[in-house]
Amino acid sequence: MVWTLNKDRPLCPQICEQICVGIAGGEFQPDQRLMSVREVAVAAGVNPNTVQRAFEELERSGILYSVRGSGWFVGADISRAKAVLEAIIGEKTAAYFKEMAALGVAPEAVKAYVKEWSE
Amino acid sequence: MSEILRCENLTKKYGAHTVALDGLNLTLDSGKIVGLLGPNGSGKTTLIKIINGLLTPSGGRVVIDGYAPGVESKKLVAYLPDNSYLNSWMTIQQIVDYFADFYEDFRPDLALSMLERLDIRPQRRLKTLSKGNKEKVCLILVMARNAKLYVLDEPIAGVDPAARDYVISTIINNYNPDSTVLISTHLISDIEEILDRVLFLKNGRLVLDQSVDEIRQEHGKSVDELFREVFRW
Repeated sequence: MVWTLNKDRPLCPQICEQICVGIAGGEFQPDQRLMSVREVAVAAGVNPNTVQRAFEELERSGILYSVRGSGWFVGADISRAKAVLEAIIGEKTAAYFKEMAALGVAPEAVKAYVKEWSE
Repeated sequence: MSEILRCENLTKKYGAHTVALDGLNLTLDSGKIVGLLGPNGSGKTTLIKIINGLLTPSGGRVVIDGYAPGVESKKLVAYLPDNSYLNSWMTIQQIVDYFADFYEDFRPDLALSMLERLDIRPQRRLKTLSKGNKEKVCLILVMARNAKLYVLDEPIAGVDPAARDYVISTIINNYNPDSTVLISTHLISDIEEILDRVLFLKNGRLVLDQSVDEIRQEHGKSVDELFREVFRW
């Protein structure tokens, strides 16, 4: 897993998001054991406390569960992770349209650009 | 979470006119990685030297896990100074033995295995190593202690980007969740991802003391950007 973190935003929610993307995309399967807090911290180059908080946050949302002494696992229900992915896609799309509007491109014209690019 | 370090109205004057620390109040809890940030001459190294008993304050006091700086506090604090105090003619093995004699909490096996991973043979003398490798050896010796408080003065000054990554992963890997790491630097963007909290020091006063994710949330910018704003002249 490649971690790309943006220093302009709090890191903890970004770690949550990336784990959700991994789950929704099938990189992490239900009941699969995740990397340890320290492994994620080293891989992402962040503070272990931040990763710990992210995992706890995901546990509260029912996306992960922890087993004392064995670590963190992906929850059986991945619908929450998928919802997070959907929200990220929505935000990115909205941001794209906003940027295009700032360049003076009308939404109809944006559609044409998108169509051209996807072909 | 318990308190590991407390500064009360800490003041340090050099001569009649230079005030390096100006009534500093500060509390650090255990289990945190804290950045001590400030431009040159803001008092970072003065604070660190007082914590380590190398300077005595002109006023106020420092308490480290209940002790004033001294023999007892030095058992708890692992200190990486901004320039090396090790004898350069010594071999790495001799220095490791020296640390093992000096500090009860030093783990020689851990230090030697970390050195082995860097291909630094214990038979080599310190003076034969490159500047970057010397700095890594010093960091390894400090992080191989099982201390309550690690105080690292500019651990990434003068190392290349790959070495910087090594320094950061060494800190993350060896830091135990009950201990606290205080890192002073002016290279903020290089280390801000591993910090829980930052202290901005300006003219011997604390101008900001906040969690890094709060800073990003509140200001919508990185700690580095905020630093440049606060210290604009």
